[in-house]
Amino acid sequence: MQHGKYRFIVGFLIVPLALYAIFVIWPFVQSIFYSFTNWSGLSPNFSVTGLDNYQRMIHDSTFWASFRHSVIYVLVLPLIVLAIALFLAFMLNVGGRRKRGAAVSGVQGAPFYKIVYFFPQVLSIAIVALLFQFLYNPESGALNAFLSAVGLDSVQPEWLGDPSLALWCVMAVLVWSQVGFFVVLFSAGMASIPKDFYEAALLDGASRATTFFRITLPLLWDTVQSGWVYMGILSLGAESFAVTQIMTAGPGGPADSTNVLSLYVYQKAFRDGQAGYATTIGVALLIVTLLFAGGVLRVGRRERLEF
Amino acid sequence: MKTTDTPPPPAETVPPRMPSAAATPTAATRDKKTGGVLNVFSHGMLVVWAVLVVAPLLWAVMTSFKDDHGILTSPWSLPNHLHFENWSRAWSQAHMSDYFLNTVIVVACSLFGTLLLGSMAAYVLARFEFPGNRFIYFLFIGGMSFPVILALVPLFYVLQNLTLLNTIHGLILVYIAYSLPFTVFFLTSFFRTLPTSVAEAAIIDGASHTRTFFQVMLPMAKPGLISVGIFNFLGQWNQYLLPTVLNTNPDHKVLSQGLVELATSQGYKGDYSGLFAGLVMAMLPVLAAYIIFQRQVVAGLTAGALK
Repeated sequence: MQHGKYRFIVGFLIVPLALYAIFVIWPFVQSIFYSFTNWSGLSPNFSVTGLDNYQRMIHDSTFWASFRHSVIYVLVLPLIVLAIALFLAFMLNVGGRRKRGAAVSGVQGAPFYKIVYFFPQVLSIAIVALLFQFLYNPESGALNAFLSAVGLDSVQPEWLGDPSLALWCVMAVLVWSQVGFFVVLFSAGMASIPKDFYEAALLDGASRATTFFRITLPLLWDTVQSGWVYMGILSLGAESFAVTQIMTAGPGGPADSTNVLSLYVYQKAFRDGQAGYATTIGVALLIVTLLFAGGVLRVGRRERLEF
Repeated sequence: MKTTDTPPPPAETVPPRMPSAAATPTAATRDKKTGGVLNVFSHGMLVVWAVLVVAPLLWAVMTSFKDDHGILTSPWSLPNHLHFENWSRAWSQAHMSDYFLNTVIVVACSLFGTLLLGSMAAYVLARFEFPGNRFIYFLFIGGMSFPVILALVPLFYVLQNLTLLNTIHGLILVYIAYSLPFTVFFLTSFFRTLPTSVAEAAIIDGASHTRTFFQVMLPMAKPGLISVGIFNFLGQWNQYLLPTVLNTNPDHKVLSQGLVELATSQGYKGDYSGLFAGLVMAMLPVLAAYIIFQRQVVAGLTAGALK
């Protein structure tokens, strides 16, 4: 029986663990090692160069531009997305006209809104990026045509072509594609808050804003916090890579104004043939990710509320 | 929570769940008024966001029926007549049919593999005590927070050495490996919630561990498998980063990647209408599937974050 048990455990774990080790763990370990080498990625020959890559990185202006943008992403994007999502979710669940017999109620058509808001979540970020690239097009795009139609002929921004505007255009796409997910997530969380709490607050004469900050937000805090971490990791990783690579000129342009760390890693490794240096930038990205996640968990630590 | 002993007798005539009615008449009307303003405001914001979500999608659908001239000169005008030939051109000449087929093959195989291997590993980790259990579990879930792009540089060369680069089966194995962390995390906690007595009964009746797993535990875990299956289906169907780096063979391209290819190569062909048709073609199946299965999709995508 014991013997059979261990044979069973090994038999069940061996294939998933082997796949995971070969395609995920091993490359991660290797990439840390390669960050100390001058490996080009094209030939199998390389030598260990110590901290040379890291020194080079410190003096690389494109790296710092990408770094700054990634930091802006990770600090700003989650806040915007979570704020909009919390607001919309609160309106959906608590913002309804007060009915007889219920202290709080959702607005009419709340299920419909939730379905619509979720649309972007099921689409590929690549498709979303392509679509918005056309919307932003200064000559034939829908946005500038709309501005002309409402009489703003003089306001015809270059959108993605304008270095001071491009980064915000890209961020807007990520906001557009992510808010719906969090609205639905927070709605589910709000639905599990007992109605008695709202009744008690209303009896005490609390306004909607007070109700939100004193009841909804504290009781939803765990969900908000995990959403925050999730959104941060996402805005540093694959999603920021996809939107920047697809939408921006260069990509990463104009003039490095939109480059982010995940795209810069890709460019160094697969465009410039500097795989060793690319992994160095990847390590910097890893550090930013871990610092962010650690920071959120630290700042957000509160007494867990049981209800 | 009943407070029947506190209110004075007259309050009994007022419905206990109508807090605003208990206030003075002036306060009640004021309350109603601010409620009304807030209601208009909140509903207004909900409508604005819904329009922001739907407008770009509808615009894409409309544009896919226009000819190139109409797309470039007047982005918001309706098509002069429905150019269905855009769709047929995108389907056959622009290789959308090939991209669809590749995506279906890759996602079908990797989804099956992910669920099978993920549930095997999760079951063993959730139900059996053995040395290294916790270590393997944390090894798996650690993969959720690391930036994938960091591992991609060495992974490219790992696949090249295994002659898996630019192959469909190589891509499938990579999809499975990168889907395992969340799948194992989710299913481990799911298997822990299932009652142990049924499996014990099966063992006492002489079933092997393997048979117990496939014939007793897997059917019991069906709701969890559906949730995590939907999550992985969307993630793998919409995957852009992994195929962009690891699968550059034009014959093996998947949907999101193929569309971006189409968009970058249409620079010289100028086939905007075909591109929009392709874009909408890629959007519609997922949106349709979402609308049909929306309850399950929402549950599947938010279940992980709520844990």
